[in-house]
Amino acid sequence: MKIKRRAFLKAATGGGVLLAAQGPAQALARGEKKALPPNAKGILYDATLCVGCQSCMVACKKANYLPVESTDLLQLWDNPRDLSGKTINVIKKFENGSAARKDQAVDGYSFVKRHCMHCIDPSCVTACPVSALIKNPDTGVVTYNKDACIGCRYCQIACPFNIPKFQWDSPTPEIVKCQLCNHLLAKGEISACCGACPTGASLFGPVEMLLAEAKRRLTLTPGTYQDFPVSSIGAGFPAQYQSHQVAKYIPHVYGENEVGGTQVLLMAGVGFGLLGLPDLPAESFVKLADGIQYAIYKGMVYPLVVLGALIYMIRRGEDNLEKKE
Amino acid sequence: MSNWATDTTPSGRVSRRDFLKVCTAAAVYMGLPASMGVQLAAAATRTQRPPVIWLSGQGCTGCTESLLRPGHPSLEHLILNQIALDYNETLNTGAGHQAEEYKKKSIQDNLNRFILVVEGAIPTKDGGIYCQVAGQNFVDIVKETAAKAAAVIAIGSCASWGGIPSAAPNPTGAKGVPEVLAGTTVVTIPGCPPNAYNFLSTVLYFLTFNKLPELDDKGRPKFAYGRLIHENCERRPHFDAGRFAKEFGDEGHRLGYCLYKLGCKGPMTYANCPSILFSDAGSGAWPVGTGHPCFGCTEQGVGFTIPLHTQAEVKQVTPAAGQAPIETKRGNGVSIGAAALAGAAVGVAAGAGMMAAKNLGAKDRESGKPAKEA
Repeated sequence: MKIKRRAFLKAATGGGVLLAAQGPAQALARGEKKALPPNAKGILYDATLCVGCQSCMVACKKANYLPVESTDLLQLWDNPRDLSGKTINVIKKFENGSAARKDQAVDGYSFVKRHCMHCIDPSCVTACPVSALIKNPDTGVVTYNKDACIGCRYCQIACPFNIPKFQWDSPTPEIVKCQLCNHLLAKGEISACCGACPTGASLFGPVEMLLAEAKRRLTLTPGTYQDFPVSSIGAGFPAQYQSHQVAKYIPHVYGENEVGGTQVLLMAGVGFGLLGLPDLPAESFVKLADGIQYAIYKGMVYPLVVLGALIYMIRRGEDNLEKKE
Repeated sequence: MSNWATDTTPSGRVSRRDFLKVCTAAAVYMGLPASMGVQLAAAATRTQRPPVIWLSGQGCTGCTESLLRPGHPSLEHLILNQIALDYNETLNTGAGHQAEEYKKKSIQDNLNRFILVVEGAIPTKDGGIYCQVAGQNFVDIVKETAAKAAAVIAIGSCASWGGIPSAAPNPTGAKGVPEVLAGTTVVTIPGCPPNAYNFLSTVLYFLTFNKLPELDDKGRPKFAYGRLIHENCERRPHFDAGRFAKEFGDEGHRLGYCLYKLGCKGPMTYANCPSILFSDAGSGAWPVGTGHPCFGCTEQGVGFTIPLHTQAEVKQVTPAAGQAPIETKRGNGVSIGAAALAGAAVGVAAGAGMMAAKNLGAKDRESGKPAKEA
């Protein structure tokens, strides 16, 4: 059967127009942020309140049944150096010079808590070819399904925060990362790290409330004593407050705008770059990828044009061959 | 450890050997070389014992009583052999006019040579009428006596900054000695009660070197109050691992976990309690050792000011050494052994290749064909 070039092009263009008319306008306009899920839950970590006791790490391991990770010679206790296949929440320490005062970039020190940021528009979810990582449409928690995972580790490469870790030492490896204690949330409880934090440095709650609380903290006068909520806000538990001296904050809530916003927010007295948090654009990488994808595939016009061109070239080649013979 | 109350010679006197042991121990407490013990002993056994005038204001006499605890020297050895305690309202033999007369005489005889110890706060409101001894306001007694003393030591938290009597609403306007004697160097030995060894060590230091030990900005001897309790606490590893007692008698409390959540003020209090414990009362004899949170008695603005179970501010402490750094090095680089092994493997391979090429050429030559170019 032979299709005339003209007829083919006509059909292809017609089909393309038809598809374009039906094509869903999924791509977000430039500058537009993806909306928070309706019941988005998150954590606000305030480095100026953190005393570095690491009780959140202990509680996390207990709640998530994770093994001890000993990195010292004596193998005495759990002291992970970084997130790993055995550790999904870690308190890290920034030190400079004499490390005499807290929340000071020069001759000071600060702690930082690292775990999954639960992005509003997560790269890992987009990168995962088998939907092993999904973002809960209600709470926005990015969860992992080990039964779907094929171990490609694309999520590790996609994550701008270097969070997902692979169990390299296991014969049946899984990706491990913080899932905001999803199993506890299902029971109406809060993330274990926030329940354990003695100072309120890790605070659990609805993301909108956490962001409001973070903004409130930025308006407080440094040096004064103010009440800070402990454990959780807006999570159905009686409010607990502790009085702390307000530190000099970096006037920025990390995670408010980074890669389209995250459900885990951070505040600190030293630059976030010093704490190992990357300087990221406000636009999510997913959006960028989506933009390219949707631009190329919009209405299937470009693929069809390319396909048409290819078919034309092949046909011409065939014709030439026939002529030669 | 020898006890002065019991380890005496049959004659009831302290043996020279024991006495030197005591002085050496005192030297070590102060961070002096042990050989200093001999000098301390010499200073403490001068023919004329250093006179001490001990004034008591708004206090509970707990500071005097804390002197009962140390075993080296014991109280009787201290007041009978080492110092001349010329006036102390708790221990005076005489009373009333007799005691007051003796105090006056002692001050006149030892002008600018005696050590003044003040125990208890000094009320200053309404001219200081709320504490009077022998018809005189205590504030005036302290000012008068201090002007004639060689050194002034404020013992206990009340004398150091006001302590309990100065707690809000402070109805008597109680103040500490440094505030009342502004401009005079006052050594403060805060604590409720203070550790008697911190006091004794300071006295012995003064007697030996004829000068005061190094003091911090609150007048506290640095050898005793130079370090944060939290930094030297036996329970610190529990804090660094996030193991806390959450209430009295719970599992964590029974297991000896960190008392921070119960309101321990160790992270904001400077004292040597975890290092030397309370006098000679036995092992674990300090609040945290017995399972009670530190309440910050040696720290102005903490003890008697912040409620007992209010969580302390852990602001300026040294972060734990074992904490993860921001940047983690991946892998350990190339070790010497691994490099040597890799080098050897490369060498072997290169050698084998060379030999193979050589043999190949030789074989070709043997069979009469020209050797192939590589």
